[in-house]
Amino acid sequence: MASKVFINGVCAISAQRTFDNTSFLEDVELHNDTVIKVVDPIYKEFIPPASARRMAKGIKMGIVASKLALKDAHLENVDAIITGTGLGCVRDSEKFVSTLIDHDEQFLTPTSFIQSTHNTVAGQIALELQCKGYNFTYVHGSNSFESAVLDAKLQLENNEENNILVGGVDELGPHTVKIHKLIEHIKAEPVASDQLLESHTKGAVFSEGGNFFVLSNIQQESSYAEMQAIKMFNTLERSHVKAEALKFLKENNVDHIDAVMLGCNGDVEFDTYYEDLKAAFSDVQQLYYKHLIGEFYTASSFGYWLGANVLKTQSIPDKVKLNSIAQKDINTILIYNQYRGENHSFTLLRKC
Amino acid sequence: MSKGVAITGMGIISAIGNNVEENYQALINGEKGITRVSKIQTIHKDAIMVGEIDFTNQEFEQQLGLSEDNNYSRTALLGVVAAKEAVKHAGITDINDCKTGLISATSVGGMDMTETYYYDYLTNEATQKYIDGHHAGDSTQKIAEQLGIEESLVTTISTACSSAANAIMMGARLIKSGQLDRVIVGGADCLSKFTINGFKTLMILSDTYNTPFDDNRKGLNLGEAAAFLVLESEAVVKANNREVLAYVKGYGNANDAYHQTASSEHGDGATLAMEKALKVSGLQPTDIDYINAHGTATANNDLSEGRAIIRVFGENVPDFSSTKAFTGHTLAAAGAIEAVYAVLAIQNGVVYPNLNFETQMQEFGITPQLTLKEKTLNTIMSNSFGFGGNCSTVIFSKNA
Repeated sequence: MASKVFINGVCAISAQRTFDNTSFLEDVELHNDTVIKVVDPIYKEFIPPASARRMAKGIKMGIVASKLALKDAHLENVDAIITGTGLGCVRDSEKFVSTLIDHDEQFLTPTSFIQSTHNTVAGQIALELQCKGYNFTYVHGSNSFESAVLDAKLQLENNEENNILVGGVDELGPHTVKIHKLIEHIKAEPVASDQLLESHTKGAVFSEGGNFFVLSNIQQESSYAEMQAIKMFNTLERSHVKAEALKFLKENNVDHIDAVMLGCNGDVEFDTYYEDLKAAFSDVQQLYYKHLIGEFYTASSFGYWLGANVLKTQSIPDKVKLNSIAQKDINTILIYNQYRGENHSFTLLRKC
Repeated sequence: MSKGVAITGMGIISAIGNNVEENYQALINGEKGITRVSKIQTIHKDAIMVGEIDFTNQEFEQQLGLSEDNNYSRTALLGVVAAKEAVKHAGITDINDCKTGLISATSVGGMDMTETYYYDYLTNEATQKYIDGHHAGDSTQKIAEQLGIEESLVTTISTACSSAANAIMMGARLIKSGQLDRVIVGGADCLSKFTINGFKTLMILSDTYNTPFDDNRKGLNLGEAAAFLVLESEAVVKANNREVLAYVKGYGNANDAYHQTASSEHGDGATLAMEKALKVSGLQPTDIDYINAHGTATANNDLSEGRAIIRVFGENVPDFSSTKAFTGHTLAAAGAIEAVYAVLAIQNGVVYPNLNFETQMQEFGITPQLTLKEKTLNTIMSNSFGFGGNCSTVIFSKNA
């Protein structure tokens, strides 16, 4: 029989102060911008300054979030490392391309090329942890992190490994921001976090982050939640979202959920994908989070962090509530995410 | 011992041919596809050689019937061509007649367009359509669309030069676990200034034909290519009375955890990957009839890989060769290109020659197969290693 999969350790480096696992969104920072950055941990406390200087932001976030997630799970090492990233260490890619163009293919150095390789974060974490196990990186838009989760889940269920580090990481790059403003993927005007869903404008508030988890087939005291199921779709008709969500619940023998978490990002063109679920689950607690941490290809990994914490603490921070339903127990959370109408995912997290 | 996953179709486009048959003919006739670069304007054009595909992007767009406002990168174009051949080859008439997914691999993604229009994006609205095509998942989404795969599991792996081997691995896992009934797996990477200059800064590009496992090897030739395999569950194979070309029998991925770009001196990660793959397949080293080596012809890879092969196989190293002298190193696509070559080798009973070899390496006594050799091949091991210490091995077999 397939083993159950648990979230045993977490760390979120996000645009909120979340990385130290000491509080659960007690002091939320409300942003008012079109692009927001993470609240940085002190990287040199975790990485020797000489190496940290050369490291891309994505690598630094990945290494620190990994170490803290392992610590949270009371582990020294893991059996495998699987990451998801939409754009990788994009600042290095920008640097390499712009130098290449500006100087007609001269004066280039290898560091930014190497760090542009999408699996550079997973590779560096392996180096740092001296983990010689399975090491994969998925790069599929807003299903990058979810692909990593699915891969880990299959291996844990099948008892191929016991502890797998899974993470989603993306960093901001100035040129990437500039060109995404031009095509209105980033909002033209700043919007306050608590008014994001009422902005009625095109685009999202761009951001970055590194959210890492220890997934395990061994339940322990530190366990946050059970990762019960995940399903991905490359495309999904707006009108099919509700039916697929219900089908997903049925496939997993879930007849009642206590909360639904939506990936709405305030983009007037694409938030409509969430409307049918909002209506279908109007009597359960609805949660959202991108107003606090922004949008990036692996932003949904923060949703896992939020869901895991809600289930473990049995509490819901006010700032992530989309509606207000009084309820005692939170046993099951359904997560739905998509980005610009592509790469949709459903996830079921359960209290354990 | 686990049962292998059936391969029922394949497609490929590389510097040595635009389809499976052309690739096979070039392989058995020893015709390499390495030339001076013609489609990319680069100051290094006299200092490097590459494995380039003849067709221009415009020609591909016409072949595929794409509208003028398409935003396909060359990676996507190559991927669609190879994936379509694979599906056709398998005899699939309705891609959605069972749960079908796609796992593609790429390292370059839409970088060819990004490097072309990087600053133009800011001033020329007509070029902005390519912005969305930059991220690595975009080419995969386009391949899925062209194959008609909708509302299904589609994803992309990017682990540098082992990417496509890992796509095959994940695909096999998805079939074994029952997540999918059919999965198209493979990879695509086009040539770009980005990779040419990147590898140039690492000083591992040869200025002449690459010479895998030669003592005087000078580095690799970059190549562009795409290849895909169709993997199907036992039930689908049976229901459609499918001809099985070969099986994905075993696989292993491990990390060298040694250096960002270089392999460890004794190939720790490579050794682990080969050992894991043998374990998953339930086979012994003596069961392997041929190793299609990663063999990039860099000083570092061939030494590290050769040593790892000796660690795994001891005194009885089977026939081995690298086909990168034919195609160049096709980066994320390499694992899929060489998977197609492995299946062809099993089907036809041939070991491909390791071209351009002249001088025995001093560090060890193993020598690659230098001429085309005919023999029955039941089991082939295929290695793919990449940056970030990523080491992958896939084992293909004639029988399940």
